Amino acid sequence: MTTMDTAVSTASVSRGARQATVRSAGFTALGILFLAVMLFPVYWMVNASLQPSGNTLTADFFPWNPSFDGYARAISEQGPNLLTSLIVSLGTVLFSLAVAAPAAYALAQFRFRWVSIALLVILVSQMIPGIVIANALYAAYNDLGLLNSIPGLILADATHAIPFVILIMRAFMIGIPTSIVEAARVDGAGLVRAFVSIVLPISRNSLITAGLFAFLFSWSDFLFALTLTTTDEVRPVTLGIYQYLGTQVSNWSAVMATAVLSSLPAIALLILAQKYIAAGATGGAVK
Amino acid sequence: MNRTQDMQGTTAGGHVSLTRTGKSVPAAARRGPAPETNKLTPRARKFSREAVVRLLFVAPAALYLLLFFGYPVVKNVTMSLQDYGTKTFFTGEAPWVGLANYVAVVNSNLFGPAMVNTALFTIGSIAGQFVIGLALACFFKRRFPLNNFLRSMLLLPWLLPLIVSSATWRSILDQDSGILNQFLAGLGIISQPIPWLTSPTVALLAVVLVNIWVGIPFNVTIMYGGLQDIPDELYEAASLDGATGWKAFRHITWPNLQPVVSVVLVLGVVYTIKVLDIILGLTNGGPANATQTLSIRSYQESFINFEFGVGAAFSNILILISLVFAVIYLRANRRAVDD
Repeated sequence: MTTMDTAVSTASVSRGARQATVRSAGFTALGILFLAVMLFPVYWMVNASLQPSGNTLTADFFPWNPSFDGYARAISEQGPNLLTSLIVSLGTVLFSLAVAAPAAYALAQFRFRWVSIALLVILVSQMIPGIVIANALYAAYNDLGLLNSIPGLILADATHAIPFVILIMRAFMIGIPTSIVEAARVDGAGLVRAFVSIVLPISRNSLITAGLFAFLFSWSDFLFALTLTTTDEVRPVTLGIYQYLGTQVSNWSAVMATAVLSSLPAIALLILAQKYIAAGATGGAVK
Repeated sequence: MNRTQDMQGTTAGGHVSLTRTGKSVPAAARRGPAPETNKLTPRARKFSREAVVRLLFVAPAALYLLLFFGYPVVKNVTMSLQDYGTKTFFTGEAPWVGLANYVAVVNSNLFGPAMVNTALFTIGSIAGQFVIGLALACFFKRRFPLNNFLRSMLLLPWLLPLIVSSATWRSILDQDSGILNQFLAGLGIISQPIPWLTSPTVALLAVVLVNIWVGIPFNVTIMYGGLQDIPDELYEAASLDGATGWKAFRHITWPNLQPVVSVVLVLGVVYTIKVLDIILGLTNGGPANATQTLSIRSYQESFINFEFGVGAAFSNILILISLVFAVIYLRANRRAVDD
């Protein structure tokens, strides 16, 4: 932005150049306006979470006297659920990457004859409604004793992540030059060894991108939390929010404080890991 | 679930690029015989060992897909032909009932409204997301300071857990103290507060509006990508002929964006039709069943009424509709690759 501005101002200030600057500043202003409208609900969530607790929503546009009662209550009531969500999400990341990364590499580089069919299957699997999976898993989990268990939720949440991780990592791994792996193979490294010590390190960025999305998918999961848990023992925070909502909300500031706490991973990752999030969001789309 | 809309982006393009590059990728690792000696011929040994190791790379993923996607699809078909209810979980018995569940579904008085609501919800959501998404994508195609930053911040609504968005919107849409009614009343647009989520006449509209908000970032991302692929020379040539602004959009942008448009629309249908979180969070299917859709019906039959057979029948109807659009998607995608 600054380079652009200085470039324009140091150039012979013709009228055209000045007009262009004004125009692009106008577009920036307009862009900020659009963003402000789109993100208003997020602002409102934060604002409402800092209002004094009570069963009505206060209408102040800014929390002049911020109250942290909502957060105190959210942490005491939803703290264990936040922890459950965190454990399940981290578990989903590890499991999904462990299962999907080798498959992505194989589909990218091994030239199986059936690669296109495999990709089709993965693509279609993403389209299967979650309720179909939940219907079947409930009965199966009931028999296997996986209801109300963290491993059960990790396995189910991985349905959100694994097809996505395979597709996005394959898109990255297709670009790995075969010569790098060949060199290691000539030196006597087996396929597995070459994968672990060469392919994975150079795929670091795509692993991070895929891992971040696996985390967000699992953290956001509501359907499996709703259908595959029946007691309070294992309860992700998304289900905690749903139960707050009930039919009548009795304490908005606690609900909104929980909502803010549940949004932190998404907000933090969008700000701190913007590069990776953008790569995941646009990765395949732009190419 | 709208959350899965996330994946469309990468999937949509991912597939295009994958198929494209798949053809041009040089032969992977044509390996000569390994140094150590063995009684088998090199070729046979390669088959016996190397091929097995290669398959082991995909085996865990294949097994997972089979158990967590393949099995549920098959299980839903068999469940829908059984009397699979509370009793089943105690006795383990699920008598075969033929098509009785489907007959019950079609004859239930919620079937018609659920179909209509599913159609209205899907069409309304997609129309809104698409038009606003395309407009914003065109806007962000211009070069101006902070463009990239603003565009990536726009992704936020799409990364938030849907149940968080539902909770937030419930507070915004609250009839008495929600900010939306206060805002509209302050502007003098409405004199009576609108019961957004509690009146059967407007609840579906409110749910659609929230879902549009959730889907805009995805639509912007994909269509922005599509717009970047249209060569600048086309616009330059057109501007020489006096075609700028709306004319340039109609004659250059729109025709060249067709492949992306069809992918976005079809995937939009596949992913919107199964939305559950937002509706459950906002209205739970109410008021007075005004926001019942096929996926809400399936959830409630299975997990509220414990009629898994009926729930499975509903979800199979859902799968069937998705399947039709999946086929359309794959054809559209193939066309996009051929272009």
